[in-house]
Amino acid sequence: MTVTTPQRPPEEASAHHAENAGRVGAGVFNPRQLLTSLPDALRKLDPRHQLKNPVMFVVWVGSVLVTVFAIAEPGVFSILIAAWLWFTVLFANLAEAVAEGRGKAQAESLRRTKKETVARRLLDDDGGEEEVPGVRLRVGDRVVVEAGQTIPGDGDVVEGIATVDESAITGESAPVVRESGGDRSAVTGGTTVLSDRVVVRITSKPGESFVDRMIALVEGATRQKTPNEIALTILLSTLTIIFLLAVVALQPMARYSGSTQSVVVLTALLVCLIPTTIGALLSAIGIAGMDRLVQRNVLATSGRAVEAAGDVSTLLLDKTGTITFGNRRATGLIAASESTPDRLAEAARLASLADGTPEGRSIVELIEAEHPGAGGEPGGEFVPFTAQTRMSGLDVDGRQVRKGATDAVRGWVAEHGGLLPEEVTRIAEEVSEQGGTPLVVAELRDGTALVHGVVRLSDVVKPGMRERFLRLRDMGIRTVMITGDNPLTAKAIAADAGVDDYLAEAKPEDKMALIREEQEGGRLVAMTGDGTNDAPALAASDVGVAMNTGTSAAKEAGNMVDLDSDPTKLIEVVEIGKQLLITRGALTTFSIANDLAKYFAILPAMFLAIYPQLGALNIMHLATPESAILSAVIFNALVIVALIPLALRGVRYTPSTASALLRRNLLVYGLGGIVTPFAGIWLIDQLVRLIPGIG
Amino acid sequence: MSDLAAGLVQAAILLAALALVYRPFGDYLARVFTSERDWKIERGLYRLFRVNPESEQRWSTYAVSILAFSFVSIVLLYLLQRLQSVLPWNFGRGAIEPGMAFNTAISFVTNTNWQSYSGEVAMGHFVQMAGLTVQNFLSAAVGLAVAVVLVRGFVRRRTDRLGNFWVDLTRGTIRVLLPISVVAALVLVAFGVVQSLRSGVTVANPDGTSSTIPLAPAASQEAIKQLGTNGGGIFNANSAHPFENPNSWTNLIEIFLLLVIPVSMTRAFGTMVGNRKQGYTLLSVMAALWGAMLAVAWWAETHPNGPAALLAGASLEGKEQRFGIGQSVLFATSTTGTSTGAVNSMHDSYSGLGGGVPLLNMLLGEVTPGGVGAGLYGILVLAIIAMFLAGLMVGRTPEYLGKKLGRREVTCAAIAMLAMPTVVLLGTGAALLVPGEVASALSNTGPHGLSEVLYAYASAGNNNGSAFAGLTVTSDWFQSSLGIAMLLGRFIPIIAVLCLAGSLAAQRKVPETAGTLPTASPLFGALLAGTVVLVAALTFIPALALGPIAEALA
Repeated sequence: MTVTTPQRPPEEASAHHAENAGRVGAGVFNPRQLLTSLPDALRKLDPRHQLKNPVMFVVWVGSVLVTVFAIAEPGVFSILIAAWLWFTVLFANLAEAVAEGRGKAQAESLRRTKKETVARRLLDDDGGEEEVPGVRLRVGDRVVVEAGQTIPGDGDVVEGIATVDESAITGESAPVVRESGGDRSAVTGGTTVLSDRVVVRITSKPGESFVDRMIALVEGATRQKTPNEIALTILLSTLTIIFLLAVVALQPMARYSGSTQSVVVLTALLVCLIPTTIGALLSAIGIAGMDRLVQRNVLATSGRAVEAAGDVSTLLLDKTGTITFGNRRATGLIAASESTPDRLAEAARLASLADGTPEGRSIVELIEAEHPGAGGEPGGEFVPFTAQTRMSGLDVDGRQVRKGATDAVRGWVAEHGGLLPEEVTRIAEEVSEQGGTPLVVAELRDGTALVHGVVRLSDVVKPGMRERFLRLRDMGIRTVMITGDNPLTAKAIAADAGVDDYLAEAKPEDKMALIREEQEGGRLVAMTGDGTNDAPALAASDVGVAMNTGTSAAKEAGNMVDLDSDPTKLIEVVEIGKQLLITRGALTTFSIANDLAKYFAILPAMFLAIYPQLGALNIMHLATPESAILSAVIFNALVIVALIPLALRGVRYTPSTASALLRRNLLVYGLGGIVTPFAGIWLIDQLVRLIPGIG
Repeated sequence: MSDLAAGLVQAAILLAALALVYRPFGDYLARVFTSERDWKIERGLYRLFRVNPESEQRWSTYAVSILAFSFVSIVLLYLLQRLQSVLPWNFGRGAIEPGMAFNTAISFVTNTNWQSYSGEVAMGHFVQMAGLTVQNFLSAAVGLAVAVVLVRGFVRRRTDRLGNFWVDLTRGTIRVLLPISVVAALVLVAFGVVQSLRSGVTVANPDGTSSTIPLAPAASQEAIKQLGTNGGGIFNANSAHPFENPNSWTNLIEIFLLLVIPVSMTRAFGTMVGNRKQGYTLLSVMAALWGAMLAVAWWAETHPNGPAALLAGASLEGKEQRFGIGQSVLFATSTTGTSTGAVNSMHDSYSGLGGGVPLLNMLLGEVTPGGVGAGLYGILVLAIIAMFLAGLMVGRTPEYLGKKLGRREVTCAAIAMLAMPTVVLLGTGAALLVPGEVASALSNTGPHGLSEVLYAYASAGNNNGSAFAGLTVTSDWFQSSLGIAMLLGRFIPIIAVLCLAGSLAAQRKVPETAGTLPTASPLFGALLAGTVVLVAALTFIPALALGPIAEALA
């Protein structure tokens, strides 16, 4: 079953990420989408739709006005202007339709997972069950799902353990284990149980399930303008009003000067001046931003959360599983002087052979790598770790080999009349200071205790973490590592991973306190979490990314869910948030900067007849007044289409200082915005002048 | 000394003097509005007017206080003019006619000081001193208060209290405007400015006839006229009149006075927000634009294109021989850049380009360096607009001085920014549409005539008050439309700025992190200067094209 949402499997996404050293990748834009979205774009010509976008509504009204005048007094010029004004509106609709269309395709495949299911609801009283349609399930209902059946709704496993195929949601084909209790209990409606039987308690109302939310999100149906988008719309409306005033007041001035202008020309001037480029692309940018997030398998509950991600200044990361591999691994053997490295290796291996824990396995792996042939398979009796002994080991051939915490081994050795050498205690302390965990290996043979030495277990920082934190620092984001370790260990790992700060011996309430403290100082905090005990912190943080493997409580509390359950995904979310804002800002700047060239094209054209000296402003040497105005209008319309790919892809974002970003974007979109239309209008004029009646 | 040298020397002394007082005076201004202590005389005033200086106001109450105070001021000033015939020292001058009294009352209360009357002809000493001069102080103090409230908005956190208008008004008047004006008036008298309560002096002309030259208490009004960036001259010829501005020294002092508060306010701003570099950045933007305007005007006036001017080597028409080109353009650039509106030369007589400079200087929104208080809040509004775009471009919710620029902040800034172009463009357009008005008011036709109308509304809408002349503005249409333009151009931005301050003060402060875009930097300065120029250019290019540009290219 691979009717999946993501266009790229997640592993490939991150690989792509790594090789592109600090760039947010993007979905591919196919020009064919322009054609397929045309019907939607035409439907959006409805004035009720246009009213939502003040800038484009002005263009729409202008188009109607010019059309009326073109019909009343037909002429090549007025008809062409009317046509291109309509194209301007259409291109804006097209941008939005293309962005929505990409989401619709994803929604379509998701919807197929929402096939009608029949749920086996458990009856409360006698423990029997009844069959009900999946859509009639209510919150709190308990349903039985067995191998081969589809889970009818979102919920928590309350009984049993099963493997579940979640590829319909995550795109990840490997099955995952879901079991009652603990942090891996949440299941999603539409996924399939592959083995065993579980009882699921439903946690979402019909129509409000995870998949429903996801569909609404990618379709843009529930899209609401984000705070920054609203503020920008206000600024764009203000600019529109200013230009409206400038054009309205121009007519009496023109009349006074003896050159009353036609409505067609004045409307053309107005449309060229108001920020149509950004006005047309604004909603496409927002939709595409969410789309990029979904492509990375992150589901946000609102656009506001994505924007907030761009503002995050503090990132809280759990150490275990995020910064380090979840388990400690053996990273070294330090022999005591009364033993030898080889004997230590042999004893440590023996003590760990039957130890199935990841730590035990890592000791065996380390010894087999460093001391090949340290021993065979001796058999014997395994002594498991207990809370009382705090040691584990093996009894074989009259030997008792043990490994354990320093004080536990000290007690064991003392019990047998031995003494833990001062030297070993020192080694163990050194290992602790360096952030490792010492395991002392000792042996009781023939009634005498012998201490072989120390195995160093360390938290191994995942590869590439240091680079990621460096990038975050470039973005101005402070990273804080949260760990239950003692301060000494925490400090060492923090230094190793390259985080800015750490919170050691952290309890859940400490995490909350830290979030509050950061927020009191006005900082926005982001964090990831999966457990139920993370839920309050996820809810309190400004950006809370819950892991898809986590509990329902965690997923409810956060404002994003990462389907890949990759805690470092936050970094990409932050980048997408920033990219979203940058794209809006850059295209606004571009749009405003464009106006200069348009003035140089249109003003001389309007007033050449009365003030021939204004011809000096016609620095593009446009052929005739008509060709000049028409070229400006055509440029204004075409630049929207030209920028659709950029709006969908987002402006390139390289993590760097704010000043460097601003300098670059001002140069590219400010200066570029001034120069480009001069070239573009000139080029279009070369063609337009060939039209009879224009040139 | 050649004209160029004299002008350069004066500019150099001016800049040196401003640099000298910048720090101490700027810090003093900051102390005036942050100090906890009231002066004895202030306490007396508070008791008299039953003001509790401890109680602070919300932005809305503050705004209502300003509006109420200004409304009462307008009514009083109107009545004073209408009742002139029964007031002392009128020397036979009668009541001002209603249209002119309406216009003048608004003009002085809005710190515009646009004069549709002829000073020595219409206004007696009592109306000048008890009416116009009083408003010169109070309207300037209102501007200071609004600027201070906006700065408090940036400084304060999570509060809806922004200060007490009556306290700010009193302190601005008593601690800043009055003492400096007294000293400046004495210095001006020492340099030859007239101060007299007599009606005039009668002189015998060489041909045996005699004529009366009007006198007035000029020095006392001159000082606050300049210091408060007011600009309404006691004589019709304003600072071109030898009794108001007799020589290069008084010219220098007058330019210094009109620049000193707006310039030093940037220091006060930096001091109050706790980062003086923020103030320096604003100052450099103001100074750069002022310098550029000065250079263009100077160049244009010394490179004339008319036959008479070519013969003289410079455009000397409408300029005082004792000032020459340099000191005239220095005055013109400073007076139009500070919303003062006093003139020592006739801007109407400037060349196409040279005359475009004072016009453009106003259309920039009076931020080079702007009026008392108004200059600072004007440029802060533009800084917010610039920072909004810049913030987006660095990928964060925009913030300025630790305050987020969200929906409400942008709305307030947009309204404050929108008021002036609306008034200027609609006013000009409407004036041109009213049948017969322009034809009878204009002495020029063609582009220059358009410039004159545009200049009038730009001057009123920006509360500058300088006149391009050549336009008779005594008709009911002009008296009322320009009056309304002054009102809207003053109070819409003030209300919007106070609302902005309210919403800024309610926020907590966002700490500066590595991701924050530094605003005390040349990059931000350049961005801000670019925003100021671009906003004005995009708004007014069509109008300018038919006026000064068509004229300059001819």
